[in-house]
Amino acid sequence: MDYFIELFFSGLTRGSIYALIALGYTMVYGIIGLINFAHGEIYMIGAFTAYIIASVLSIYGFPALSIIILAGFAAAIWASAYGYTVEKIAYKPLRHAPRLSPLISAIGMSIFLQNYVLLAQTSDFLAFPELIPDFDFMEPYADKVGSTDMVIIVTTIVVMIALTFFIKMTRIGKAMRATSQDRTMARLIGINVDKVISVTFVIGSALAAIGGILIASHIGQINFYIGFIAGIKAFTAAVLGGIGSIPGAVLGGFVLGLTESFATGYVSSDYEDVFAFSLLVLILIFKPSGLLGREEVEKV
Amino acid sequence: MLELKQVHSYYGNIEALKGISLEIKEGEIITLIGANGAGKTTTLMSISNIVEPRQGEILFHGKPIHTLPAEEIVAMGICQVPEGRHIFPQLTVRENLDMGAFLRNDKQGIKQDIDYVYSLFPILAERSGQSGGTLSGGEQQMLAISRALMARPKLLLMDEPSMGLAPIIISQIFDIIKKINKEQNTTIFLVEQNANQALQIADRGYVIENGYITLTDNAEALRTNEAVQKAYLGI
Repeated sequence: MDYFIELFFSGLTRGSIYALIALGYTMVYGIIGLINFAHGEIYMIGAFTAYIIASVLSIYGFPALSIIILAGFAAAIWASAYGYTVEKIAYKPLRHAPRLSPLISAIGMSIFLQNYVLLAQTSDFLAFPELIPDFDFMEPYADKVGSTDMVIIVTTIVVMIALTFFIKMTRIGKAMRATSQDRTMARLIGINVDKVISVTFVIGSALAAIGGILIASHIGQINFYIGFIAGIKAFTAAVLGGIGSIPGAVLGGFVLGLTESFATGYVSSDYEDVFAFSLLVLILIFKPSGLLGREEVEKV
Repeated sequence: MLELKQVHSYYGNIEALKGISLEIKEGEIITLIGANGAGKTTTLMSISNIVEPRQGEILFHGKPIHTLPAEEIVAMGICQVPEGRHIFPQLTVRENLDMGAFLRNDKQGIKQDIDYVYSLFPILAERSGQSGGTLSGGEQQMLAISRALMARPKLLLMDEPSMGLAPIIISQIFDIIKKINKEQNTTIFLVEQNANQALQIADRGYVIENGYITLTDNAEALRTNEAVQKAYLGI
């Protein structure tokens, strides 16, 4: 039983990160129908930014907890700037082009950003500082769930609640919902769709950056390539949950994380990807729109 | 109030409007009739600047608006009920109405207008918590009109409000259009294939064919015009 609980929490931790990144995929898909393949790179840039800021702050002797908060904010802002710029440069000019064009542009952006970080930083793995201290109150449970895991899970839940509130309650959140359901009509009621798209990219990028810093401090190392595999996994999570659906992305992330964790624990870590992607195939066979994908209720 | 001067618009590479000129005065109901593909919807989409005209001018109260982004045109008081209704399917009836008032901030006024559209279409009040996608065609049309009214338009553009609806619903909708024009003093530009109904409530009408305005007159004269009768009224 103890082993099960340990695997469960480790699955939740992974799932949290997948969910944070998957939200960016699913929100962008919901608004402009594009799979933003450069999203994983935004996450990687978030992790690098956090690494740089954290290194500088630790030289000046800031306490660990304040470093993770400051680095987190800086990473979120910097990654958002990247997300915003990528959209303006690579996708906006292709708004009226055939669907395949922005997709190819996205892949191009992904390759470009990877190589840019490779050149500007390094191809080596960098040791990411351990930013999350071991809390005393977590001591009795330390064999099952570490403090880092707890911080990741709690942060993810808080972010999800904040995002749900934002989309339901705020003006721009409502505009996002309207735009995702009918873009032409959104323009006809006076919504500035370009602004909505920008906001979507900014929020998605900030969430990915938060995921980036959390996982980097968990695993302890980063390099320019981490965005690729994380991106693929998070994309799988988004599709699993039903692409375009925000609760779906979160559920998909957790389901994927738990599957991988149990597969690793009970079978072999060699097979974790096999289980993850088999699950995806099965769900797509029996429920092609994903777990919480939109049922078509529209009448024409 | 609104004036189109030699407007040319394209749908992809096809020239859908080949120099349209027309004028709408305050308080009027103007109808634009024509066959499928004549350019009716493109005319409305050009006014709302969803389709940007490549040539010509669109003036609202004498000011050019064809270069303004779509949301500023809405802010000036030009709202559209588009063809096919375009209800937000996952939002409730009430949320759809609130979206119509997206550019407004006066909570009190919005509340009043919600009550007003519920009085026009009591069925919407009954359905207020239901999601838009589950409404019938007629109810969706009522919701689409109500949503546009929530912006307090000075000029209301309507694209084939009768499309796909039962005759009894159509006459109900046309009665309401007339009522909105009278009670709210909202100018109405009505695009219709159902020329008979449209000419009954309109003051003046334009006939559009293949991207050109071929005829304009007051509604009564158009109804008795032989060519119009033959082509659009089925007489």
